[in-house]
Amino acid sequence: MVSGNPSSRARVEAGLGKRRRREIIFRSFGLAATLVGIFFLVAFFWTLIAKGASAFAQTFVQLDIEFAEEALAPGGELDLEFADFDSIARTALRTKFPEVTSRNDRRELNRLISVGAGYQIRESIIQNPELLGKTVAMQVPAAANVDMLIKGNIDRNVPADQRPLSDQQIHWIDALVADGSLVKKFNKALFVNGDSREPELAGIRGALMGSFYMLVITIALAFPIGAAAAVYLEEFATKNRWADLIEVNINNLAAVPSIVFGLLGLAVFINWIGIPRSAPLVGGLVLSLLTLPVIIIAARAAIKAVPPSIREAAFGLGASKMQVMFHHVLPLALPGMLTGAIIGMSRALGESAPLLMIGMVAFIVDVPASISDPATALPVQIYLWADSPERAFAERTSAAIIILLGFLLLMNLAAVIMRRKVERRW
Amino acid sequence: MQITTLTLILFAIAASAFYFGRERSLAVATGPKKLLSLHSLPGYYGYYTAIWALLPALAIILTWILLEPKVIVALIVKGLPGAAQSMSPGELNLLVNNIQNLASGDVVAVEIDAVIREASLRYQDLSSVSRQMLVTLTLGVAAFGSVFGWRRITPDFRARNRVESVVSAFLIAASSIAILTTIGIVMSVLFEAIRFFREVPVTEFLFGLNWSPQTAIRADQVGSSGSFGAVPLITGTLLITSIAMVVAVPVGIMTAIFLAEYSSSRIRSITKPALEILAGIPTVVYGFFAALTVAPIVRTAGESMGFEVASESALAAGLVMGIMIIPLVSSLSDDAINAVPSAMRDGALALGSTRSETVIKVLLPAALPGIVGGVLLAISRAIGETMIVVMAAGLAANLTANPLEAVTTVTVQIVTLLVGDQEFDSAKTLAAFALGLMLFLITLGLNVLGLKVVRKYREQYD
Repeated sequence: MVSGNPSSRARVEAGLGKRRRREIIFRSFGLAATLVGIFFLVAFFWTLIAKGASAFAQTFVQLDIEFAEEALAPGGELDLEFADFDSIARTALRTKFPEVTSRNDRRELNRLISVGAGYQIRESIIQNPELLGKTVAMQVPAAANVDMLIKGNIDRNVPADQRPLSDQQIHWIDALVADGSLVKKFNKALFVNGDSREPELAGIRGALMGSFYMLVITIALAFPIGAAAAVYLEEFATKNRWADLIEVNINNLAAVPSIVFGLLGLAVFINWIGIPRSAPLVGGLVLSLLTLPVIIIAARAAIKAVPPSIREAAFGLGASKMQVMFHHVLPLALPGMLTGAIIGMSRALGESAPLLMIGMVAFIVDVPASISDPATALPVQIYLWADSPERAFAERTSAAIIILLGFLLLMNLAAVIMRRKVERRW
Repeated sequence: MQITTLTLILFAIAASAFYFGRERSLAVATGPKKLLSLHSLPGYYGYYTAIWALLPALAIILTWILLEPKVIVALIVKGLPGAAQSMSPGELNLLVNNIQNLASGDVVAVEIDAVIREASLRYQDLSSVSRQMLVTLTLGVAAFGSVFGWRRITPDFRARNRVESVVSAFLIAASSIAILTTIGIVMSVLFEAIRFFREVPVTEFLFGLNWSPQTAIRADQVGSSGSFGAVPLITGTLLITSIAMVVAVPVGIMTAIFLAEYSSSRIRSITKPALEILAGIPTVVYGFFAALTVAPIVRTAGESMGFEVASESALAAGLVMGIMIIPLVSSLSDDAINAVPSAMRDGALALGSTRSETVIKVLLPAALPGIVGGVLLAISRAIGETMIVVMAAGLAANLTANPLEAVTTVTVQIVTLLVGDQEFDSAKTLAAFALGLMLFLITLGLNVLGLKVVRKYREQYD
């Protein structure tokens, strides 16, 4: 029997039910909040994969291409400059539909194959000159709208004037499907081509190379400078005003909006120093400045984690301050520093706002061959494609995002594994 | 010779300088205890020689790269006939561009006349002469430097101290880059902003209610006077930021509370990394999600309820931005809650309060400053966020507080003003830098305040 004032005890007991209910409500709010985050994560990946997975396959038309001598080599020699490769592909398609004769119908029929068909035929005759005069079965890319219809992204039931394909074109496509001429293959173009106005020919190779060059510049600049700055601040700087200033600066720089770094790049690197716009060199410089604070903060934590006993032992054996740092502390802190560098790189890879400022949003077909060629980056390519009205580009945007996230995942996995592997208990 | 090849050759020279320097130190070491007669370890003599071979030559390459184009262009312009000399800077710039294109074999926009042809030949001449001079000079300096360093090596020479002072100069320089970056940011936005404010008064920029940054090509054009009132941009930014905060703050804080106080450690070990994935997704991906998935959903939902929803509504952009910021708020709140000493939590529980009462009445008040600091950082992040709003928010500067309408933000305007062709003397381009200055100052203020609050609070219980 609990002693005490019976009335206050009764008050507590009377309130218990209400308090328990409140507890449950509060708890379920917490659970709901956590689930909101998880829900968005799942919704995110689900929509991406649902939208983008189909872009990895692409529809091709199987055609019997006749490498006719009179079309390709009127003077007996292969004449690459004047040969009309597009018309060869069109002729091959027309032989499948002999009933199509009127100019208008023929034009509609021609729209079923991509302009890439001509390039493909050109490439194959250049590689294999003995094809001249022969007829070969080839798979040439279908037009993006055909691809979209096959993948079910164009609704047959809407009125003909509201969809990009006419009734007749759909009829032809059905005929092609029926005789097995339309095949779905792995979409190699997505990985080996540069950007293009035609969705079926557009690829991310140019953007990937641009991102690659920028990351190489970023790691080459930001890691040594970041590591050196961390070493100085952690081991050499006396606690004075200057060190404090640098410290406050680094923390603030880490939180400055990335677009402001783009303005810096535009004003300093392009207008003042005169590096060409759109070049990965400028992008790499801007991204180095952007990732520097991240790398410095991580590197300082790694240096701090090296126990003082190591330092003292080295000092005891007569090493100079530099020798202690570079022979003992740095090798032990290096894995942690590298982990921070990888995290910084993954942030740099996903960054696009500053790149818009320095002109890396241009439409660039050629794959950049050096750090001063005009280029774009993977996230910027996503931005550009997301802006395109064609349905087929939406699919490709999702695919490009999946690839970008794949790279980020790889980098973060590498960082996690590295951290696990080298984590030491002193 | 390419600059890269030249640099590679330099490094090869430095490597051999290292070898010979080291060898020489061994050679000059005399006496019965050979090595002990040296002041430093032999490697330091090698490094010393290599530094002399490398650093001066690299400095020459760098200055050359920076100055070469300007000097050549100045020489070309000087050699042009009088008519070209009196051109306006813009026309002259165009002419020089054409000359450069012709010299490098690119397509030239105008008809090539004798003047351009001659100038482009001179350009090619000058470039090749300059390249030869660079190569000779660099290699000469590298060779001279190696020999100089090599000859200074004696047993008493304090090579280690010399090398270490060079290294420490490098360390100091590296750590000053952070300061230089800040100065660079301030300078680059400040100078252009000052030029902007010479054309548009500060008061109009800060208090004007109209934003339509077109400047006239012809004087008699309709709507020729561009108006640069930033108020609609600021309200637009604040509208989207507040929507984001309405999503992120409660969800972030409740998530942090749930994970810290209620969930088992197993659930925490899965949920926390999963939420961190949200933080690692690039913002362009959020933008795509906002524009193509969330915006249509918001629109259909709003219209089914009888509201008129713009297709680029502030609500869609704000919601997605809120999701993006959830991990930031939750991890900073988590830090703040975990920093409260467990004695306070245990005391409250021992007095018979429920977990929720402990959280609401003890933990949250104690953690509040830290949480507020975190929220300030989150606001600064939301204000500076670019890609989501560029892709999902509108371009029209509407002065409205209705989340279903399209608004534009400071960052969106910076992007639209600077993407595409630009002239650096038009108010339109300069306006972007004025907006950048404003953005920088606002976020800087929030960051300084937020970091100060977070840190001060952390120390309180340590």
